[in-house]
Formats: sequence, structure tokens, C-alpha cells
Amino acid sequence: MAAVPTLPSIRQPWPKSVIPGFGLTLGITLTWLSLLVLLPLAGLFIKSFELSPSQFWAIVSHPRTVNALKLSFGLSLLAATINLIFGTLVVWALVRYDFPLRRLLDALVDIPFALPTAVAGIALTSLFAANGWLGAPLAALGIQVAFTPLGILLALIFIGLPFVVRTVQPVLQDLDPELEEAAASLGASRLQTVTRVILPALLPALMTGFALAFARAVGEYGSVIFIAGNLPNISEIAPLLIVIRLEEYRYADATAIAVVMLVASFVILFIINRLQRWSELRTSSS
Amino acid sequence: MSVMDATQLRVAYQQRTKPKAAQDRPFVRWAIISVAVAFLAIFIVLPLIAVFAQAFSKGFSAYAAALAEPDAQAAIRLTLIIAAISVTINLVFGLVAAWAIAKFEFTGKSLLVTFIDLPFSVSPVVSGLVFVLLFGAQGLLGPWLQAHDIEIIFAVPGIVLATLFVTFPFVARELIPLMQQQGTQEEEAALSLGASGLSTFFRITLPNVKWALLYGVLLCNARAMGEFGAVSVVSGHIRGETNTMPLHIEILYNEYQFIAAFAVASLLALLAVVTLLAKTLLERRIGSAKRGVH
Repeated sequence: MAAVPTLPSIRQPWPKSVIPGFGLTLGITLTWLSLLVLLPLAGLFIKSFELSPSQFWAIVSHPRTVNALKLSFGLSLLAATINLIFGTLVVWALVRYDFPLRRLLDALVDIPFALPTAVAGIALTSLFAANGWLGAPLAALGIQVAFTPLGILLALIFIGLPFVVRTVQPVLQDLDPELEEAAASLGASRLQTVTRVILPALLPALMTGFALAFARAVGEYGSVIFIAGNLPNISEIAPLLIVIRLEEYRYADATAIAVVMLVASFVILFIINRLQRWSELRTSSS
Repeated sequence: MSVMDATQLRVAYQQRTKPKAAQDRPFVRWAIISVAVAFLAIFIVLPLIAVFAQAFSKGFSAYAAALAEPDAQAAIRLTLIIAAISVTINLVFGLVAAWAIAKFEFTGKSLLVTFIDLPFSVSPVVSGLVFVLLFGAQGLLGPWLQAHDIEIIFAVPGIVLATLFVTFPFVARELIPLMQQQGTQEEEAALSLGASGLSTFFRITLPNVKWALLYGVLLCNARAMGEFGAVSVVSGHIRGETNTMPLHIEILYNEYQFIAAFAVASLLALLAVVTLLAKTLLERRIGSAKRGVH
């Protein structure tokens, strides 16, 4: 048997494929991504290094900053929780039952994605102002919504809703009804079937939807500022404080708060990534 | 009889056999539907109706007059220009990125996809701020830009940059999953029959993803026209010059010109409704494109 001449092994810098254009397209992608997204974000961190640690800490621990961050993160958490509960009920109604206007409502769930935040902001404000369609009856009950933290909460619920619904909906749709029938035929009550069979199957999607809604709410600006009242320490969200510091030419302050928010959103993004991987594993194994 | 959709089929299927614990009681069903509909009515339907009701509350002539106003016209024009630029660039980038990511295997791919999605998780205000810190008077490149008399912040280029940043993932993320699912077999067949790379792309790949591409473009366009936070930070709010429609709405609203504010807002709300309508139609097309692969 003739020996096959062995070629010196050459390390392939990229995969062998008959499809052309790998180097070119990846090159353009990496260049454009770096120029438009990665370098500007890195610039924020570089700018923040101009501050000494004690200066940075003084800005971040300033009561007004702390109150703004608390308000943003606290209300976002609350809004995401409310969306988790009501979003799940909405998904259940849309997937499991048929009722008039169901398809229309299903399509309208995406309105918070598509409606510009400024439009949502003034619409919610006019709705919940003391003379608004919903604000007037609430005011009669002694509840003031617009220009209070409650107004911020409503705006954050508005923008977070589609994240929960659109994450959970496909999972509930793909859930095999025979699982429930099996549970029922084995003697489980309806409540047991829901809590022991259906909810565990939905859990990864529920958590992902919750995290996505939370992440969006933390950074939200446009839909909140009209309804918020924007009183320092009371109804002033962190993104608004960044804008205010910029308008006061206090760039260091704006940068430091932005770094805190950016790091927080990276942490949330990392958690969402993990959750989504878990979710995919769950659905592919079942 | 009309064709049943997935939910109607599922409901019919569930009502076929009736083991008690596999079904919700009528009372439960009624309660859940009521809560869901009430929740959607309050948070989604009423705000949408409120925009149009407010815009037309003083009649059609007041509405038309608000839109005919020169500053409103300038804002509409600027918004259209910004959207045209950012949609075009994102369209090209989305196709290029999706080609690299979906048609080839390489290390670090999932990290690259995460980076492409990054702008989604950055606060709009921070997205604007990074460009101020880069190109503003006090920014890293500020002195150089001033020396060369180039204006980016508080000018149109800054608005374009901020819009490009926030809309960066839209087209790519619609294309990547579909192109990954479709694989490379059709392209390989075309290439082995002697087609050039470019004609393979235009004759095979592009027709296969056209609906997903249109879908991504629609979403990108809606966000580009509606972006507020990021643009607000870089724009400088110069009337008639650097005011986009969302920024113009804010100015009008803060001046208590509610009819005018809601009139401009109604145009963007209409855009949102049209986008959703097209989205619903396109999702069926994309669904059948995905099923066609299996």
C-alpha cells in the first residue's frame, strides 16, 4: 500500500466551507459592532475611570442618586411581578379559551413594543390624570395616580407586559394537553394539575419573561417621565437623573450613574441568557 | 365556516373528552377571561384610544392645523430621514451579520450574538449618553472634532448614531434564527452548479428570508421613528432643526399644547398599529417558511 503523502498540517483560521464570504461578512460584522456598540460602551467605562474611587462612591451614594436607583429598581421589580401574575392570566386566556375579540387582543399585546415611548407616556398621563377617563373615578376614591410613584408603576407595567406574554405564550401553546389528562386520570384535582404539572413546565419561561420585563423597566425613560411628576427623591427615576445631570453639565455624575445602570443591565442580561438556555433544555428534553 | 386557528383547535380538542381535572370550571374560565380582558383593556386598548380621542377632541380642523405647523412638518421630515438612514444601514448590516453567523460555524459565535443583542438591554438614556461622552464638547473626541469644526452632538449625525445604536439588533435577530434553520444545502447546491456567491445570495438566500427581512425592517423602522430617550440626550432639542417627532411631542406637551402633541402622537400611534397589522400577517408567512424546511 502506497503511503499517502501527508501534507504539513496548516491551521485553518476559519472553517472550511464551499459557501463564500465568511471572512468578509464576519469582518464587516465585527468592525461595525465594535465601532457602533462596543467602543462607545467602553468609552463610558474609560470616562468613569477619570473619577477616583472615592469620587465615584460620593456620587453613587449621594441620597438623591440612591433614591433614584431605589425607585427605578424597586418599582421595576414590582411592575415585573404584577406582569408575571396578570401576564400569565392573559396568556392562559389567550391560549386556552376562545372568546370574542381574542385574536385582536392577542395582536394588541405587542402595542407597548410598537408604540413610541413618548406617545405611551402622554397617553397614560391623560388617561390617569385627575380629569382623565380612569384618573377621575380613581381620584373620587382618593387615589392619585398621575405625578406619583403609582403612575411610574403603571407605565412600567405597560412597557413590560408583552415580554411576559410573548415569552410564556409559545411554551403554554406547545404544552401537551395529554399531560393534564394523565394527571387527571391518575386522580389529581384541577388545582394539583395546575400547580404540579403545568406551572413547573412553564417555570423557565415565566422567569425569563419576568427578567426581560424587569430589565426593560429599569432603563425605561420615555413612557415614565410624563406621568412621574419627577420630584427629586420621590418620583425621580435613575435614567431621568442621568439626563438632569447632563443638562447641568455634571458629566461625571451622569457617567457614574450610567455605569451603575449599565453594570446592572449586564448582570440581568447574563441571568436572562442562563434562564433562556435552561428554558431551551427543558423544552427540548420534554 | 372559517378556518380554525391554533387556539380554536386546542379548545375543541380539550372539549372532546372531559376528565374533570383536565378542564377549568366555567366559573374559573369566566373569571380568568374577565381579568385578562380588563387588564388588556386598561393597559393597552384605552391608552391607544386616548391618543386618537385627544388628538381629535377639538375637531378635525384643529388636528389638521397642528400637523400643518412648520415645526411639526420639520419634525416629521427629520424623523423620516433618520428612519430611512438607520433602516438602510441596519438592513445591510443585518444581512451581512446573519450570513456570517448562520452559514458558518466558528468559535465565539454565541458571544457574538449576545453582543449584537446588547443594545436591547442598555437604557435608552445610557445609549445616548455614550455618544455624548465620545463626541460631546467635554467628550473623548470632543476637542479634535471642535478643531475640525465637525458637529455631531446636538446635530443630526448624533441623532443618527443614537438611533443606529438602539435599532442595531432588530434586523439581524429576525434573520439569524431563520437562516440557521434553513441551513446551507440550497446555497451549496447553487454553488456546485456554478452560481457565483453573489447570485446565490440574491437568487437563493434573499428570497428564502424575504418575509423575515421585511419583518425586521418594520420593527426597526417603528423603533427608529419612535426612539425618544437616546435621541433626547443627543439632540439638543433645537426646534425645526434637531427635533424628531417624539421630541416635538414632548415640547408641545410641556407647553400645554395638548391637541398638537396628540396630533403628532396619533401619526406615530397609527404607525404602531400598521406595524402590528403587518407583523401579524408576516408571522403567518414566516411560520410557513419555517415549516417548509422540515
